[in-house]
Amino acid sequence: MSQAPSAANSIYSDVIRERWRRPRHRGDLPGATAVAEDVNPLCGDRVRLMLTVEPQGRIAAARFVGDSCAICTASADVIAELVSGRSRSDAVALDVADVLAVLQSEIRPTRMRCVTLPLTVLAKALNGGQGS
Amino acid sequence: MKLNEHTRGDFPILQRIVSGHPLVYLDSGASSQKPRAVIEAMSEYYERSHANVHRSIHTLGEEATELYELARDAVHRFIGAASREEVVFTRGTTDGLGLIAETIGRTLKKGDEILVTELEHHSNLIPWQLVARDRGAALKAVPILADGSLDLAALDRLLTARTRVVAFTHVSNVLGTITPVVEIVRRARSVNAITVVDGAQAVPHMRVDMSALGCDFYVFSGHKMLGPTGIGVMYGRRPVLDSLEPGRGGSEMIKEVWIDRAQWNDLPWRFEPGTPPIAEAVGLTAAIGYLEKLGMDRVAEHERALTRRTIEGLAAIPGVKVYGPPVAVERGAVVAFAVEGLHPHDVAALLDAEGIAVRAGHHCAMPLMRRLGVVGTSRATFSVFNSPEEVSLLLAAVAGLRSSL
Repeated sequence: MSQAPSAANSIYSDVIRERWRRPRHRGDLPGATAVAEDVNPLCGDRVRLMLTVEPQGRIAAARFVGDSCAICTASADVIAELVSGRSRSDAVALDVADVLAVLQSEIRPTRMRCVTLPLTVLAKALNGGQGS
Repeated sequence: MKLNEHTRGDFPILQRIVSGHPLVYLDSGASSQKPRAVIEAMSEYYERSHANVHRSIHTLGEEATELYELARDAVHRFIGAASREEVVFTRGTTDGLGLIAETIGRTLKKGDEILVTELEHHSNLIPWQLVARDRGAALKAVPILADGSLDLAALDRLLTARTRVVAFTHVSNVLGTITPVVEIVRRARSVNAITVVDGAQAVPHMRVDMSALGCDFYVFSGHKMLGPTGIGVMYGRRPVLDSLEPGRGGSEMIKEVWIDRAQWNDLPWRFEPGTPPIAEAVGLTAAIGYLEKLGMDRVAEHERALTRRTIEGLAAIPGVKVYGPPVAVERGAVVAFAVEGLHPHDVAALLDAEGIAVRAGHHCAMPLMRRLGVVGTSRATFSVFNSPEEVSLLLAAVAGLRSSL
């Protein structure tokens, strides 16, 4: 028999595995003021990001829902965490390197879109947002 | 002796070590690997005979032309076409379906109806969406039943005097469903609709015979049948090809040209504008020769055994769901499955860490995924070189997956 657990260890960091098993920011956000959603055309993954942005521009809360793989889920979870309590301009400045720094995992080029999809959704939400 | 014991040594790529394991390639449904005979035929062509075809009056041009046209003869024989003029080379299945849609599209008018099915690959859906939009035609889909087969009663309801085209797959690239081509063609013909069959997942795996199927168009790719990328075949029944204007223009497809008009070339060249994929045609000849030597009935039998073993093995693993028709029903060399609690991409990544290549995602069949109620699936597909031992490796790896993330 194969030793699959070691395979998982070798391809995903503990951060990704932990956030996939127990995302901290997953779920609906009633009263969200900025909502956006997008899909990854390569795999059909879908992520919806909900933000409560205060009038002064501070992001009071962020949550996500979606059908997504471990990397994409972890990325969305990290992004929701990084933007919570931050200003809108801080959130706009968030880039893939910030997310990768938290994920602590080598991401192959074919899976990079899994990391960036939630970032695209964040930009969309901050840009006025549109639920599709 | 099992087929794979004959064939494995012919595929150089199977020597690869991936993630520290010998490669287990279960993604031939996306693109098959190539036997040495194909690779060498193409190298030899480039090293000895390459020139442009048809217009070059010199030795190499003649050799290239002869080799290119030999490929047409090989396809003609392999698929049981009535004549070599019915074999048109394209760049692949997607290209062939697009060409047919564009060509037939010009004859459609507002209110005409195009019928597809819920099983279709996007390549047999999007071209019809574009044509329907441009011509004001209606696009409708034949639904599937719970067992993954087509709802033929619904087909009868959807077929009307307005139906001009019925475009459907021969073998589903997700469920492995084999559609009743002869029956569908018969019903479509009763309303004088043109039939277009996507054979990409059929031709590499079973005997297909145009004279028996009776469809108007049948398209497939070289690269899924042990041949090279960049070449495909559009078979068209002669009376239908004769009745159609070329979809695309350029060199090779004309006889005589004036500034404002042109006279079309004879079949099949009328539908082959531009320099064709010549080396790829040479590779395709070699691939067909390879498959013919094995015998398509033997290929089908071998792959059926692997498919059956995979379905039964996966279904016995707790938390694993297998899609498609029941194992007792004859189906293509495709097994789509889901592992409870795991995303298909993670399944593929975890299997890759053990050297096992499977496909994951929507398989370019988003409407079908929606019908199944999933984002995507993982998918193992088989070819002549796969072994029962490889199936065992897949099953063992999948059994270990649920505890792994």
